[in-house]
Amino acid sequence: MTLGSSFSGTFKEHLTNPREFAHRLSCSRRDFLRNAAGVVLGSALMSASPFVRGAAAKKRKIIVVTFGGGARDQETFAPEGQENIPHMLHELIPQASFFTQVVNHGILGHYVATASLVTGVYETFNNFSAVPPEHPTVFEYFRKDLKRPSWDAWVVAPSNGFNRIGESDYRSFGPGTGARVILPKHLLTAAMSESTTDYTHLLRDNYETPLYTPELVGSEFELQQMETILKLSVDDFKAHAKTLSSPDELSMYIVRQLMRQQAPSLLWITLHDMDIAHSGAYSLYIEGIQRTDRLCAELWKAVQSEPEYAGNTTIFILPDFGRDSDQDSGGNGFQHHRTGDPASRTTWMMVLGAGIHEGVVYDQPMQSTDLVPTLGAIMGFSPTVAQGRPVPELL
Amino acid sequence: MLPRDLKAEQFNAYPPEAHALAVAHLGTLQQLPLSFLPNLLREVIDYDYRFPAERATLDKELTNLGSLSPEQMKEWFQPFSQLTLSSQLEDFNWVNQPAQFVEQLSAFLWSTHQLDAFRKAALEYGDRLRAAVPPEKPATPRLGIAIIGQGLASYDAPLFRNLRAHGTYFERVKPDNGVELLLKGVAGRAKAHPVPYGHWYIEGSHLVDHDPSLTCVSYQALEPVRSALLRNMQGDIKRPGMGPEELRTHMAELTPADLGMDKSGDEVLNRFQVKVLTEGSGTQIFATTFAQWAAREALRRAQPLTMLVRFGPRQRQRPMNELLSNDRTTPAELDLTGSLVDADMGAYYNWINQQRLTGAEQSSFLVWFEGHSQALAIGPSLARGTVSNSPAGLGELLSWASA
Repeated sequence: MTLGSSFSGTFKEHLTNPREFAHRLSCSRRDFLRNAAGVVLGSALMSASPFVRGAAAKKRKIIVVTFGGGARDQETFAPEGQENIPHMLHELIPQASFFTQVVNHGILGHYVATASLVTGVYETFNNFSAVPPEHPTVFEYFRKDLKRPSWDAWVVAPSNGFNRIGESDYRSFGPGTGARVILPKHLLTAAMSESTTDYTHLLRDNYETPLYTPELVGSEFELQQMETILKLSVDDFKAHAKTLSSPDELSMYIVRQLMRQQAPSLLWITLHDMDIAHSGAYSLYIEGIQRTDRLCAELWKAVQSEPEYAGNTTIFILPDFGRDSDQDSGGNGFQHHRTGDPASRTTWMMVLGAGIHEGVVYDQPMQSTDLVPTLGAIMGFSPTVAQGRPVPELL
Repeated sequence: MLPRDLKAEQFNAYPPEAHALAVAHLGTLQQLPLSFLPNLLREVIDYDYRFPAERATLDKELTNLGSLSPEQMKEWFQPFSQLTLSSQLEDFNWVNQPAQFVEQLSAFLWSTHQLDAFRKAALEYGDRLRAAVPPEKPATPRLGIAIIGQGLASYDAPLFRNLRAHGTYFERVKPDNGVELLLKGVAGRAKAHPVPYGHWYIEGSHLVDHDPSLTCVSYQALEPVRSALLRNMQGDIKRPGMGPEELRTHMAELTPADLGMDKSGDEVLNRFQVKVLTEGSGTQIFATTFAQWAAREALRRAQPLTMLVRFGPRQRQRPMNELLSNDRTTPAELDLTGSLVDADMGAYYNWINQQRLTGAEQSSFLVWFEGHSQALAIGPSLARGTVSNSPAGLGELLSWASA
């Protein structure tokens, strides 16, 4: 992490009040969505709980999709960016409650930010270290309070650095009480290891530090378990992987297998393709956004087609944070998220499925740490250490 | 150690001019808070290898700080003094490793939720400094040129979308000998205003013939350096205890000689090029990223009067299924369309970075789709947000933009 800003230079700074900026983002998202997708303002609705109205007979399931690597408004929700998100725009948003202003006050590194989302506390550990979150994760609360077995909570994550995300080292929680973690790229590399050729390039762990791959330490999902848990042979896995164009597509393939074979009630997926923006290639960043847009729509369709999930599943989709604005001289626009400027801290959340008001936009600001308390209120567990508050519009 | 304990001999490891500068301003440096000073020393320690514009800026900044009364010093630096730092940071060898200190300070500020306060303090300091020591006006209005889309036969989607509101879009440009013509125009400016490192030609592919008075950087010419850097990084990664932050520290310490650059060359320019490769993300592998980042850094640091950037095609990013086929016998292909999209955005960033310099109101900018009839020009006398379908040569566009 570099500060990036040489404040002894002669650049004109573009000072913006963070609150004003976040509000402006919020308004532009709202106006865009109203015009493009015909959604209504949340304040116009009665406050009756959609979960009460939409109560399903089957056990409720939650899927959380986070993007590691934010997408800025100008490449998504602003008029010039809408061509990149046709599926979200035309298929998902009309069915969703959309929160225009989600602010992340924590560290803007993907692992530590995802850990903050997972715990409801702004975690402060080194983003590049293979350590568990310091506070209890949503998976630990969920399993402990609701007495759920280990197969009921899973994480599918892109990189080795995420292998400790499933459970904390917090006293009274910790090892064995959280979620199982699958790292599809790691599995693929293990599957290919019998080959005579070198596949180490596949292990490129993330786009912030592309040449560095941390060692795995923890209880990651092993190749040998693929057949017993996912009912997937190594050969079939390899054959299918050869038809896919990106690690996120591989992750989504694993998610489909998990949904069919284990049907977990709490499933957390982090997508990462768009973070190739760190390489500075704008066209690849745009391709990543377009692919993520498509994969989210495919996941939604998969939920509708799986008997265990259809009608009783709520999906939360949100970037972990944004990216630097073009105007901040300390950054380099879309490439990074290092300045801590309002654009890099302010993002959005889309919620759709069981018990959710459809086509509604909420402008009220919320924080990233509000997610876990909201999930707790919906599913009936108590995230006692989390700092955020439940989002009332979802209760 | 805290800044108030600084002594002259602690700068003995600095290069000669940097040493002299630090010692001359020792009394001032002793008064600065630790959350601020290493950022300044990061500039001072490289003083011998800085561009003239940077040296002048630093000289004025130090002179200005030395002229502040105790009350003013307190007022200027109170926001920095209010930040809480750790004893580990105080114990760090920040005099001789200021850049590494700043890395650690950054991580500490993030983890202690003080980054926003630091950011606010830094912006306020910048405003105060600009008010006290206004940057000098350029000797002539600045000109930026971006040539994009090298080698691409056709492209149907709209170009220059981010820039159109700021200038005139020309859709019937005569493309003949365009690169040569634009380079000739840049050379003319260099001759008329001979300022060291004042007129740049950054090439994303192979250099074309150009006037020797231009400061040149080329992606292809740096191929041996890029390869040496990647080998160096790969070797380092395998060392025990190596992590991303250690790797970054190691890269920050690399010199032109470490990467096999010619010792008889221009040391200032060589160091600049090494920094582009070691500090820029993606500059080692993508020609488009290299050109954009090199231009950004040249504009920020050298504050040139003229900046011509010709973006080259970058290698194609191979999808996962191709990587799995592991066919490494196939040479890396080029992604011409993706490179045009990258460069279109890069041109926009070049313009933004140029407009951050003094004289922005009078500066001009031209972006041209190489070999084609589409260009956009921005200048004080050109209409904004308009389209011209009149035939025009690139030379005419340059003169209109600069008028």
